[in-house]
Amino acid sequence: MSKQLLLGDEAIAQAAIDAGLSGVYAYPGTPSTEITEYIQASAEAKERNIHSRWCTNEKTAMEAALGMSFVGKRALVCMKHVGMNVCADAFVNAGMTGVNGGLVVLAADDPSMHSSQNEQDSRFYGKFAMIPIFEPSSQQEAYDMMYDAFEFSERMGEPVLLRVVTRLAHSRAGVVRKAMKPQNEISFPKDPKQFILLPANARVRNRNLIEAQKTFIAESASSTYNKFAEGSDKSLGVIACGIGYNYLMENFREGIPYPVLKISQYPLPVDQIRAMAAACDALLVIEDGQPFVEEQLTGLLEPSVKIKGRLDGTLPRDGELTPDNVGLAFGFKSKSTFTIPSVVQMRPPALCQGCSHRDVYEALNEVVREYADYKVFSDIGCYTLGAMAPFRAIHSCVDMGASITMAKGAADGGLFPSVAVIGDSTFTHSGMTGLLDCINEKSNVLIIISDNETTAMTGGQDSAGTGKIESICLGLGVEPEHLRVIIPLKKNYEEMKSMIREEINYNGVSVIVPRRECIQTAAKHKKQAAKQ
Amino acid sequence: MKIDIILCGVGGQGILSIASVIAEAALKNGLYMKQAEVHGMSQRGGDVQSNLRISDKPIYSDLIPKGEADVVISLEPMEALRYLPYLSKEGTIVTNSATFENIPDYPQKEEILSQIEKMPSKVIFDVDQVAKEVASARAANIVLLGASIPFLGGISYDMVQQGIRDIFGRKGEAVVEMNLKALAAGKAVADGMK
Ligand SMILES: Cc1ncc(C[n+]2csc(CCOP(=O)(O)OP(=O)(O)O)c2C)c(N)n1
Ligand code: SF4
Repeated sequence: MSKQLLLGDEAIAQAAIDAGLSGVYAYPGTPSTEITEYIQASAEAKERNIHSRWCTNEKTAMEAALGMSFVGKRALVCMKHVGMNVCADAFVNAGMTGVNGGLVVLAADDPSMHSSQNEQDSRFYGKFAMIPIFEPSSQQEAYDMMYDAFEFSERMGEPVLLRVVTRLAHSRAGVVRKAMKPQNEISFPKDPKQFILLPANARVRNRNLIEAQKTFIAESASSTYNKFAEGSDKSLGVIACGIGYNYLMENFREGIPYPVLKISQYPLPVDQIRAMAAACDALLVIEDGQPFVEEQLTGLLEPSVKIKGRLDGTLPRDGELTPDNVGLAFGFKSKSTFTIPSVVQMRPPALCQGCSHRDVYEALNEVVREYADYKVFSDIGCYTLGAMAPFRAIHSCVDMGASITMAKGAADGGLFPSVAVIGDSTFTHSGMTGLLDCINEKSNVLIIISDNETTAMTGGQDSAGTGKIESICLGLGVEPEHLRVIIPLKKNYEEMKSMIREEINYNGVSVIVPRRECIQTAAKHKKQAAKQ
Repeated sequence: MKIDIILCGVGGQGILSIASVIAEAALKNGLYMKQAEVHGMSQRGGDVQSNLRISDKPIYSDLIPKGEADVVISLEPMEALRYLPYLSKEGTIVTNSATFENIPDYPQKEEILSQIEKMPSKVIFDVDQVAKEVASARAANIVLLGASIPFLGGISYDMVQQGIRDIFGRKGEAVVEMNLKALAAGKAVADGMK
C-alpha cells in the first residue's frame, strides 16, 4: 500500500481499525484526542460498527473497554497521561483479571507540559500493573505496534499499555497500512472465575501474573522493536527508549560509534542490558519523561556500573528531550547562530473574545471583591485561563473535579465565601460526586457550573452532561430555589451579580449555571447547518 | 536533499494549512517527511509553530535541531524572531510585516521590523495586503507560501501547485483557483526581491 500522511495519533487509530477493533473508549485529553476523533470520522469504522462515542471520564472508559474484552472483542482505551490517575483502579485491576479479547490502553504523555498540569510518566503505571508496555519511536512503529497489540494482548492474556508522547502523537509522517483483519466474534472467558477478584481468586491471579513476568521479559528480549546495534567504542553504551532513539540518531546521522540498545518494549530485557553493561565503561539512558529505566538500572546492575542520564545531570532532569539536549549529552555544541531579540514578548493563550467564561468572571470578580476573604477554586478547562490578566479570578486549578471538593474543604475549614468554578464537561467527569458530598453536609459553598455545552479546551467534543446539568443537580439534592440558571451576556450583568451575591449569602449549597454555547463550537455548528 | 522549515504565527492564522500543502507535495514526490505541530492550549491566540522536515533519506527527529532550519516562514513578524535560534547561519526568514497585536505589551512595530532588517537573508512584506489585493484575506497563508518557494530547496513551484490542488480540491475549483492566484502573487513578490 502507498504511504499516507498521518499524525502519530491517526496512525494508531487507523492501526486499531485495521487490527479488528470493536470499540474505542475515551475521554478527550491532549495529546490523545485525535485518536478517537479519527475513528469517529472513519467510514471504515462506521461500516464495521465500531463503538467510538466519548465516555464521561477515563474510568468509565477503561471499565467499558474491559467489558468489551470480557465478551471476546478487541477494545482500545485512550487518554492523556493524567487520565491514568482517574482510571488507575480499573487499570491496575485489569492487570489482575487479565483479558479475553485484546485490550490496549493508550496513554499519551506530555513531557514539558505543553498542555498539562504535570509530567508524569505512564510507564510507571504499566510496571505497577505488571503488564507489557510498548513505546514507539516513530509513527510507522506506532502503527505496527497497535496493529499487533491486540493479538499480543490475547496471547499474553493481559492488557497492554501503549505509551506515546506529544512529539509522536502530534507529528505527521508517511505511514504504510496493512491488510484489515476481521473483528472478533463474541466469546466468554474460559475460566469463569477469571474476572471475579475475590481474595481467593485474586491471590491465584496475582501469582499467575508474577509468573508471567518471565514470559513478558522473554518477549521483550526477542521483540523486533528492541534492537541492539554493536559499536566499536565501548567507552559508552547507549540505551535509547521510544523517541529518545530518534534524537540519538539525529545526532549521529553518519553513524554512531557506541553500542546502542533501542528499547520500545517493556518489561526491560534484563539480560541484554546486563551484557551491555559488562562490555561498556558506562551506560547512558535516553528516555523522554521521567527516569523510569534509569532508576530501574540501579537495581538491576552492579553498583560499579556508571549510569548517566537524567539523574546525574547528563540530560536535564525535567522537560522533554530534544535533539539539542541529547546532543549536549555527548558534548556536541549547538549550531545556533542567532538569539531571540529582547523585544520579543510572550504571547500566552487567552479566552476568546466573546467567550461566555469572560462574562462569568467579570460578574463574579465584581461581587466577590465585596468580601474580605473570598477564594475561588477553579478547575481544568478553557475557564482556567481566568487565572490570567485581566481577570486574575481564580486561586486554584489542580485536577479535574477538584474545584468543588476543595471549595468544600476550605469552607469546612472556615473560609467564607468559598466559591467553585467548574465547566460542564469537568462537572460530569468528576464534579458530581463532590457535589453530593457538599449536599450531604449542607456545606456553605457556591458552585458555578460555567456551561458552554461542549468540551472546549480539547477542541469542542460533545459533553456528556449537555441538557442534563439541572436534572443532575436536582437529583443529587440541590434545593430547587438555590439552583439558578442565567445567560452570561453583558445585558444580564446586574441580574447575574445579584444572583451571585444572594447565593454567596445563602448558608448552604448553591449552584449557578451560566449557560451560553462556546463561540468556537457555535461557529462550527453554524457552518455545518449551512452545508445541510 | 534535506530541508528543514519552521512555520510559525498566531493561533488561527492558518500556518497548519501551509504545512499540509508542502507536506502533501513532498509525500507525492516520494520524499520522506515529518511535521510536528502544537495543538491544544496554544490555539487560543497564543503562539503556534510547526516543524516541517523533508528529505530524500529517512528522518529521525520530529524536531529540528537549533541552528539547522533552512527557512523560518512566519505569518507574524514578532513570531518570526521567536524562532531565530533555530535558523541556520545561511537560513532565510520569510515573514509577514503585518503585526498581530493581541497582547498588552506588544512591542513597537518599528523595533521588530528593524530586528528583521538586521538578518542576512530575509523576505518581508505585507502579506495580508497582497492577499486582499489578489485573492482574499483568508489566503494570506498561501501568499506567504508562494513567497517561500525560492527557499524550499527541492520543493518546486509545480509541486506546490499540485499540493494546493490536492489539499483544496474537495472545496471546489473556485477555492483552488483563488489559492493558486495567491500562491503566484507571493512567488512574484519574492522573485522581485531577489
Ligand atoms: C483527567 C483529565 N482528563 C482530561 C483532561 C484534559 N482536559 C482538560 S480540560 C478538559 C475539558 C474541559 O471541558 P469543560 O469542563 O466543559 O470546560 P471548557 O473547556 O469547555 O470551558 C479536558 C478534557 C485533563 N486535564 N485531565
Ligand atoms: S474555545 Fe470556547 S470556551 Fe474556550 S475560550 Fe474560546 S469561546 Fe471560550
